[in-house]
Amino acid sequence: MNPVPQSQPMAPSPKPESGGRYSGWRLMLEGFRGQRGWLPAWAKAAPRPRYRVVIVGGGGHGLATAYYLASQYGISDVAVLEKGPIGLGNVGRNTTIIRSNYFLPDNIRFYEYSLQLWEGLERQLNFNAMVSQRGALNLFHTEAQRDLFTRRANLMRLLGVDAEALGRDAVKALVPLLDLDNGRYPVLGGYLQRRGGTVRHDAVAWGYARAAAAAGVHIIEHCEVIGVRRNGQRVTGVDTTRGLIEADTVCLAVAGHSSQLAEMAGLTLPIETHVLQAFVSEPLKPVLDVVVTYAAGHFYISQSDKGGLVFGGAIDGYNTYAQRGTLPIAEEVAMEAVTLMPALARVKVLRQWGGVMDMSMDGSPIISRTPIDGLILNAGWCYGGFKAIPAGGMTTAHLIACNAPHPLAAHLDLDRFAAGRTLDERGAGPFPYAH
Amino acid sequence: MLRIKCPWCGERDETEFRYRGDASRSRPDASAGADEDAAMAAFISYVYERANPRGWHQEWWLHVGGCRRLLRLMRDTQSHEIRSVTAAMGR
Repeated sequence: MNPVPQSQPMAPSPKPESGGRYSGWRLMLEGFRGQRGWLPAWAKAAPRPRYRVVIVGGGGHGLATAYYLASQYGISDVAVLEKGPIGLGNVGRNTTIIRSNYFLPDNIRFYEYSLQLWEGLERQLNFNAMVSQRGALNLFHTEAQRDLFTRRANLMRLLGVDAEALGRDAVKALVPLLDLDNGRYPVLGGYLQRRGGTVRHDAVAWGYARAAAAAGVHIIEHCEVIGVRRNGQRVTGVDTTRGLIEADTVCLAVAGHSSQLAEMAGLTLPIETHVLQAFVSEPLKPVLDVVVTYAAGHFYISQSDKGGLVFGGAIDGYNTYAQRGTLPIAEEVAMEAVTLMPALARVKVLRQWGGVMDMSMDGSPIISRTPIDGLILNAGWCYGGFKAIPAGGMTTAHLIACNAPHPLAAHLDLDRFAAGRTLDERGAGPFPYAH
Repeated sequence: MLRIKCPWCGERDETEFRYRGDASRSRPDASAGADEDAAMAAFISYVYERANPRGWHQEWWLHVGGCRRLLRLMRDTQSHEIRSVTAAMGR
């Protein structure tokens, strides 16, 4: 077991076991003590010159990988390097949806594993991530969509994953806000995954960071990787803005910028970077207690516990590293919202933001070894990185620790493109902007 | 909102165009030589690998809502500045 980080500017002597555990009892106790006993949730670390594993990227997947490496695979000599502060990247900039309703059996198994890990996550991390299995409802609007969704639901049920067909009346009862009789895109019904829902995304970053740090992982903020060191075909470490850090294994978990980091190691990836926008409305009284997706366009919406409607649509559609969206998609998303739920027409949008993502060539993620020994890739998450954080972290940790792919993520290897085993959920072909 | 100066139609909103991806790659010559492995590798790279630069990017845009010509743009993927717009085959 690794010693607790030496440099702890914010916490003089945090002892995770005694000082860190959260409970109702402790909450009450601190209430009597004037809340003076709380310590920082996790200790900031200064980089050491060498680690067994360096994870580049302190987002959901990087932090989860570090946590599972320490907690499940007994490797705590791990550093997570983050360019800025943790929690400010895509892990805190998404629409917080979790679900496992996929089409390809290998993907169903992977995302179902993730959903099962979400179900036990708060207990395991001792952190309230507000995992809310409020249900995810996928509406369909044509007979062809009904067939496709039915086929998907049957595939899911064959693998033991829940999927429930709802007729129009049941959909209307579940979501009274919907306009089912829209002339152009009437709602014919929907498929409901009751175990789907939302999770408070910031808490996911903090929860994993806290649990990883308590297990001995160094989380190093404001440490940008500017080069990848190699000795022939073997990775030896990374150059950072805080100096050289050597490592046996380097894992890139920097979705949005995977191509940039891979280029430092001399690799070209099957990935383009695109921006995806999300929107939050002014807080409303409870009007929507389920995640709803709209299949006549590309639109998904839920209501946060603060009351804001959280929604989004398609990517802007062309390569960009600008972390801001443009208006055509904002207009399209607003049109979809009002078509589906006319009562929202006068709701004001409070915030809008954009995050850049790895759009892979087949629309599925990459958890893989690379042609460079010791360089591991966790990338290509497209729209779906958030829901996959627990499984992505666990399977990436497995790959690092065992130097062999986790059985549930073996299909996500980088070689699948050359081998013709692409995982194209939509059947859109090798066009990242079409997924 | 991007404004793209189509050589035929003038400056138009991005919504009139359809993005068609990286224009810097060219199709490998399938008939070249007897080295099948090299030809296969070239095609895999052509179909799947992208430089994905942060900065100047050469890309195809199809003016579907206008002249229906395929255009070649040089655009910055960070600032969205467009440096040049030409016809696919020159001009």
